[in-house]
Amino acid sequence: MKRSLQLVAVAAVLLMGSPLLAQLTVPEIPYDSAPNLLTMPADIYLGEAVGVATNSKGNLFVYTRTGHPTVVEGTNRAFRFGSSRLFEFDPSGKFVRELGQGVYGFLFAHTVRLDPQDNIWVVDEGANMVIKFNPQGQIVMTMGRKPEAIRIPTPVINAANPGGAPLPGAAPAGGGRGEGAGRGAGAPAAAPAPIGAGVLGDNFNRPTDVAWDAAGNIFISDGYGNSRVAKFDKNGVFLKSWGSYGAGPGQFNTLHSIAVDAKGMVYVGDRGNRRIQVFDNDGNFKTMFLNVGAPWAICITPGPRQYLYTSNSNGTADFENGEIYKMELDGKIVGKFGKGGKLLKEFGSVHEIDCRNENELYVGEITNWRVQKLTLRPGQAGTTK
Amino acid sequence: MRRGFASCLAIAVLFSAGLLYAQGPAPERAKAYATAREIPYQSVPNFLKMPTGVYTGEGIGVATNSKGHVFVYHRSSPSKLYHFDQNGNFIKEIGKGLYGFAFAHAVRVDKEDNIWAVDEGTDTVIKFNPDGTRVLMVLGRRPESHGLMPTEAPGTPAPQAPYPQYRFGRVTDIAWDAAGNIFLSDGYIHSRVVKYDKNGKFVKDVGTRGTLPNQLNTPHGIAVDANGNVYAADRGNRRIQVFSNDLTLRAIYDNVGAPWSVCITPGPHQYLYSSNSNPDNNNSVLAAVSGEIYKMELDGTVVGRFGKAGKQLGEFQTVHAIDCRNENELYVAEITGWRVQKLMLKPQTPQTASAR
Repeated sequence: MKRSLQLVAVAAVLLMGSPLLAQLTVPEIPYDSAPNLLTMPADIYLGEAVGVATNSKGNLFVYTRTGHPTVVEGTNRAFRFGSSRLFEFDPSGKFVRELGQGVYGFLFAHTVRLDPQDNIWVVDEGANMVIKFNPQGQIVMTMGRKPEAIRIPTPVINAANPGGAPLPGAAPAGGGRGEGAGRGAGAPAAAPAPIGAGVLGDNFNRPTDVAWDAAGNIFISDGYGNSRVAKFDKNGVFLKSWGSYGAGPGQFNTLHSIAVDAKGMVYVGDRGNRRIQVFDNDGNFKTMFLNVGAPWAICITPGPRQYLYTSNSNGTADFENGEIYKMELDGKIVGKFGKGGKLLKEFGSVHEIDCRNENELYVGEITNWRVQKLTLRPGQAGTTK
Repeated sequence: MRRGFASCLAIAVLFSAGLLYAQGPAPERAKAYATAREIPYQSVPNFLKMPTGVYTGEGIGVATNSKGHVFVYHRSSPSKLYHFDQNGNFIKEIGKGLYGFAFAHAVRVDKEDNIWAVDEGTDTVIKFNPDGTRVLMVLGRRPESHGLMPTEAPGTPAPQAPYPQYRFGRVTDIAWDAAGNIFLSDGYIHSRVVKYDKNGKFVKDVGTRGTLPNQLNTPHGIAVDANGNVYAADRGNRRIQVFSNDLTLRAIYDNVGAPWSVCITPGPHQYLYSSNSNPDNNNSVLAAVSGEIYKMELDGTVVGRFGKAGKQLGEFQTVHAIDCRNENELYVAEITGWRVQKLMLKPQTPQTASAR
């Protein structure tokens, strides 16, 4: 009952404080996009550019859905491989190398992030895995486990189970995409409750993003199937997780992006609920920002004065919305820029933002199969549109 | 709206209750854990040196030959067999694009240094010559492709014995006796130990699915001692069953948890190692009470234990195979960690030392 009231309250706030209203007063930030940013070698192409991130030197990493998913027949089961690749480019956009050729967990790319030590972290939504590469390109840590086999045909997702959370007696992970999961022999499985809370540990169900605090603790948004944030220490030891499927504070509906500020506060892009939720380092709910649309991708700038960027991305089948907001960490909107579209400077479903500093952003787009480098010039116009 | 929400809650409660009911008792340590002496050990850092652009996937099989060369059969795209020298330097890939390589399960090297790969995806066991350039023998057959085969549906009853003599049901591991007879653990779908002579001719099998003596629930590893006794890792039943060479049950060891992998050292005084691996579902509750490897006498006496679940060097991420070159030099392959570790045990030092 109480929850229903909360739902209504949230809905009311969404209606009143909607982006439509906000757009009347939010300044437009002028910006440019570098044309033909990336130089690709012959016969290498980007597909959906879902993951983009830069390291300390400004080298650019793109985790892209490209190539073909390959199914290998076994006696009783079928195994799926491929269809995502990880590329590195120098700051001018020139191709440097490919990493993770043929890697077992490269199945359906979701994001890539660079930690302060320049390690490269890949989040793969299809493999239910987070994979850490050192700067040399070697795999130094794996989290989660790729489902062993797939069902053909993929079953319809149960309508009574919108979060894709494991059903009683079902395999412990991978339910959202209908994939059979690891068997976990030898002992009974722990109970995941409530729905979306997931199993204690790095048993992900379509995870979406990763972030770190200053101590190196790892925060993973998990994700489509589960509805939780999972926290690990820097060595991958599970510490805790919080959240479940729903619309109340501390609940999630497709948490799609995550960022941590210098103080260790955790910002979660709760896309399905069209809000950013803010938690302290231990997962205690602090506040939420309701007026910036659906946060497909968020990022926080480094340095003494940090800003939060969030993309109210257009859908993959429309040009609606598409603007990116610049915010103070307390939720105050500083400005906005961009819209959905296919031309340079327009966005085709921005899926990840890397903000190197307040005015230099990289965005990876789903439907335009490209990465754009954006240079913001907030002082140049500063006019209200 | 209100009604919908209430029914959602009801469903949630039902789910929780069902899961709690299904959960049963809290997971427990292996019986021998508390009393087993802890064996100090080290893991050699960066043992395997991977060339740029070459990666191992799930570390499923590891074995060494007489020279100490290391063979790793791992789940990659789709599954690959890598050959390293005794210092961990990459030499080559064996069997690139091989018809039988789909979903790795084990690799073992026999006493003539032939390399045997066990693939549970194609249900074939493939024998290579020592340098991996020729296929010398194939056991089992990859099914013909008449359209894609659906994944086994939940609740499908396990096939009943007798099992076909020359077909496998997700075969898991291989071992040999001194005469060269071949013993397979078969497997996830079949529940048996099967014996062939050295020429691949069927001799005998034992086992159906179940929990009674002589029954098996996911026989996941196998080893044979110098006297020809056969040790089957009956993982689902959390026990090791010991059979004579003609597959008559001799003993059951049920105090070392779920044996994901077993190996037996060579030499006059043989030891049995068994890994009570943390489950591959990344459940931290289960990982907290598993992950250690036991060192045993062949009669089942526990000599000691070492290791725990974790992602750091010297910790284990679901050990799937052990190769024991000798009492104190072990190689372990890990599923969820995608790596192979070389372990040096130091049982002579005081037991108070840390495990890492």
